Amino acid sequence: MVVISLSSIPLALADGSWAAVGLHHYLILSAALFVCGLLSMLVKRNAIGILIGVELVLNAANVNLVAFNRFAHGGSSAAALLDGQVFALFVIVLAAAEAAVALAIFLNFYNNFSTIDVERARELRG
Amino acid sequence: MSVLPCLAQIPESPAAAVLFYLFAAISVASAIGVVATRNIVRTALCLLFALVGVAGLYFLLHAEFLAAVQLVVYAGGTLILIVFGVMLTSKSPFSRFQPKTIEVVVALIIGAVLLTALVAAIVQTRFADKPPVAGADLEYPVRHLGELLLGQYLLPFELASVLLLVVMIGAAYLAKARRREPEVAKEAALNEAALSQTARKWS
Repeated sequence: MVVISLSSIPLALADGSWAAVGLHHYLILSAALFVCGLLSMLVKRNAIGILIGVELVLNAANVNLVAFNRFAHGGSSAAALLDGQVFALFVIVLAAAEAAVALAIFLNFYNNFSTIDVERARELRG
Repeated sequence: MSVLPCLAQIPESPAAAVLFYLFAAISVASAIGVVATRNIVRTALCLLFALVGVAGLYFLLHAEFLAAVQLVVYAGGTLILIVFGVMLTSKSPFSRFQPKTIEVVVALIIGAVLLTALVAAIVQTRFADKPPVAGADLEYPVRHLGELLLGQYLLPFELASVLLLVVMIGAAYLAKARRREPEVAKEAALNEAALSQTARKWS
């Protein structure tokens, strides 16, 4: 297990253990992507910005799925186990469908209210 | 045979580590750009680079088919859809919405706390770190993916196809231009007046 801390960076550079990229690296990267997506959802007032934040969160989850599939669900040498990759594939398909429906709703909202500011979306009737 | 044979045979090579850090830096920097930039077009561009970085990570994780799907469906399809949405919903050049300062502060606190908790939990956990099997990488993994999709995961696969049909019809129905009702049109006119006032103030 490689614990990332500032003091261990020179040591890791010296003995070559920095090249051992494992499950933890991918999980920390995915956590950073997730937090960025969540912040984007919280901060943006443009509805499309919120949709982009959702896409980032879905990508973070996908990185988790594929990394766990690679490092903790390897399978035998006869047949690789690829369940995590199948899950990630379904997530990509559902994300595309979700983006299409969300954009259709945004277009409808824009046609009715001439803005896409979510602060002004206060009623469901359209 | 894998697409990246040199990386498949030596999974912990320095080249793979350098590529990992490169793709990780691209995707995290672009994700921070998504949050930081105010312009919605730049946000979409940052999302493109984040998606490309994640596709590179899929290559390093030996999910070559998934990386190709990520580039084609996400970067090619979903992102084009988002850019079309941006173009159709910002006829005025001032499509930048300033969030309130208090909202930004609260969001940053939430994000910092969540990131700290997640990283602490990940670092302290010992996962069942099964090393990747060497022989499994040498086979062509798309064959297994196809067998899984048409065997074990046949029902979700078919459900996804039905869902895509429903989404196509539903999106076409929702996005159809409709006549505005009178009071809604009045509110829209008010919104437009407020927006043009903002534009005059900025110019």
